Amino acid sequence: MKDWLDERLSISALVAIAQKKEVPLHRHSIWYYFGGMTLFLFTVQVVTGILLLLYYRPSAENAFESVQFIITEVQFGWLIRSIHSWSANLMIATLFIHLFSVFFLRAYHRPREITWVSGVILLFIVICFGFSGYLLPWNKLAYFATKVGTEIAGVIPIVGRPALRFLRGGNDVTGATLTRFFGFHVAVLPATATVFIAIHILLVQLHGMSVPPSLAKENVGKMKFVPNFLLRDLIGWILAIGVLAALAALFPWELGEKADPFAPAPAGIKPEWYFLFMFQTLKFIPAKLLGFDGEVLGIMAFNIIALLLFIVPFVDRPPGNPRRRLLFNVIGVIALLYIVVMTIIGYVTK
Amino acid sequence: MRALIFLTKFLSQRRKAARVFLWFSFVLWRLCLRKALLSSLVVLTLFTLASAQKKSSCIECHIKLDDPRLSTPARNFENDIHRTRGLSCNDCHGGDPNADTSKAAKDPAKGFLGKPKTLDIPAYCGKCHSDANLMKRFNPSLRVDQESEYYTSVHGKLLKSGEQKVATCISCHNVHGIRAVSDPLSSVYPLNVADTCAKCHANADYMRSFRIPTDQFQKFKTSVHAKALYVKQDLSAPTCNDCHGNHGATPPGIASVANVCGQCHARQAELFQTSPHKAAFDQKGLAECITCHNNHAIATPTDQMIGTQQGALCINCHTNGDKGFVAGGYMRSRIDQLIASIDKSTGILNLAERKGMEVSKPKFDLKAATDALTHARVLIHSSSTAEVDKVVAPGLEVAGKAYQAGLDALAELSFRRKGLAVSLVFILLLALLVYLKVRQIEAR
Repeated sequence: MKDWLDERLSISALVAIAQKKEVPLHRHSIWYYFGGMTLFLFTVQVVTGILLLLYYRPSAENAFESVQFIITEVQFGWLIRSIHSWSANLMIATLFIHLFSVFFLRAYHRPREITWVSGVILLFIVICFGFSGYLLPWNKLAYFATKVGTEIAGVIPIVGRPALRFLRGGNDVTGATLTRFFGFHVAVLPATATVFIAIHILLVQLHGMSVPPSLAKENVGKMKFVPNFLLRDLIGWILAIGVLAALAALFPWELGEKADPFAPAPAGIKPEWYFLFMFQTLKFIPAKLLGFDGEVLGIMAFNIIALLLFIVPFVDRPPGNPRRRLLFNVIGVIALLYIVVMTIIGYVTK
Repeated sequence: MRALIFLTKFLSQRRKAARVFLWFSFVLWRLCLRKALLSSLVVLTLFTLASAQKKSSCIECHIKLDDPRLSTPARNFENDIHRTRGLSCNDCHGGDPNADTSKAAKDPAKGFLGKPKTLDIPAYCGKCHSDANLMKRFNPSLRVDQESEYYTSVHGKLLKSGEQKVATCISCHNVHGIRAVSDPLSSVYPLNVADTCAKCHANADYMRSFRIPTDQFQKFKTSVHAKALYVKQDLSAPTCNDCHGNHGATPPGIASVANVCGQCHARQAELFQTSPHKAAFDQKGLAECITCHNNHAIATPTDQMIGTQQGALCINCHTNGDKGFVAGGYMRSRIDQLIASIDKSTGILNLAERKGMEVSKPKFDLKAATDALTHARVLIHSSSTAEVDKVVAPGLEVAGKAYQAGLDALAELSFRRKGLAVSLVFILLLALLVYLKVRQIEAR
């Protein structure tokens, strides 16, 4: 049987590759786990998402009621829904950690530029997952957050208005918006994400784990990927399941009130935490800046920063002089501090 | 050429001269008498300009007078609704507003009436306001019975008898600064009506000769109606004229007070009519609603008003053991029961919600019990314990179900926590086993 399968699937070749694969062992090895953790949480999302799909109904009339049904009537529906929401947030958190660790450890250096680019694309896909999924329960907060979020997209010169109409399926956030957000969330984004995850993982296998340039000269040890690193990954995943179960049981994700397009926006409305630093920045920017609309400038700046993320590996090429290394470190630290501080301010201010 | 015609037309909008001028221009133009037209245009434009700029001589003179009694009317008239509808001084006072001298302007031969006497004011205003054909031109929906209504009022009757201290049209609507009722600055705008009435009715000195109370305004300000009107800014809440009538203002009197309250509180009034209280009140000559609720100082009704305890209104007439005493006590106990049940259910549902449980459906369902409570509070006007029971019983059932839902939610929460504890033991054990396996592998 084994031979039969091996002849057709070359399993022994795959096993040989897996056994050959090694992970560098050094004082920064801990950061290697976050990519795997993100992937694990993505898998949790896929599984819980499919389970939610069994009951969810994507229309303005039924969405809220169907989620209410899931969490009150369906056996363990509350657990699945809460894990889906919590796991989504933890995934974005681990994704950010993964991004910054790769940035600071210079893991994007040649020949891993395309791995970085595919990772950045995955970051935006995941953010789109978050934005589209947030609306699906069709509750008051989600409704107005989507209204504000799409409004911000509409501010971008030239492409803004058509983009807004495309996202909303009209001029306002309606049932049409919900339906297309559902389509993005369960079809377009998963398909795109699968392609880029495949590319990303394939490239990681191809190039192996990157050793930080700062440690290149030191005697870096090695650890077998199978079974040593994989089992350590597994411990993390098992503990993640525990954390998700605890969060779901102790802090069930709230459903809130059903969206009412005619109701006034609730006071102090805020987006999800991962958008908060951008939202807070836009609040701080003056209405007029150098004769331009402050909000437009802010949004354009974030768009440019997003685009700059793609070119990081092409600008910071090895070996690179110490000054450039320092500059990149400073930029990274400032960006990290900025995100953390603005997120805190966003939470504290009303 | 066109610009000139437009200018002339613009300047002479309200002048007959404009029509003559345009007609004249048109005829000349058709006859191709262009030269003649040009010269006539110059002459006529100057004429129209001069006539358009000429204002009413009444206003021109009065506004300059030092005596405020004579200048204020001219100043106030600027915002008067009559002026905005194209009327001027002479439309009420007669005379000639185009005259250059005071004497010519106030020439009785030109219909000058001057200031009307107090006794004549209703007829003075009624000259137009009682004329249906005339009023249609200005406001087709405006009533034209104010003058006849006025003479049915206490004010009107006293005025007819020669009493001049009573209110006439201008006492409430103002004079020379009359605004539409819908204008928030109008003295008869809903928010201003009580103050307008209080100008006389809260003035003890002024009202002394009439020998009626002057505390109505003070009392009204403490009422539930005043709270709705002034605090909630609910313009549909009643003020003086909604109960007393406006032009036909009269105290409703014992016999008709229920009809007055019943305009808004229709269900309560209807229930009262079928209750045993109706005959008893009629027999004793008690005014219906106000015996329990007061008239001007109508307080927010509370459950303490019904029952047999100290402070309840039932015991003002009923004594221990009589039918009404028993019924009052029973109705109060049933209402208290429903309130307690709703509070208990709300408490447990809020607790479950604070602990993160989804209980919006039972919370929504519980609203039916609150509706039943409101309904029961209305039904006490029937004085029928059976009627009150009809809504209290289902209300209690709903509240009971909501309480059970709260209990279930808390039980579910407890189950989740226990389940979590058990799961975490297994999860941690599994993680430990894998860790030991790693140690074992790495020890080789």
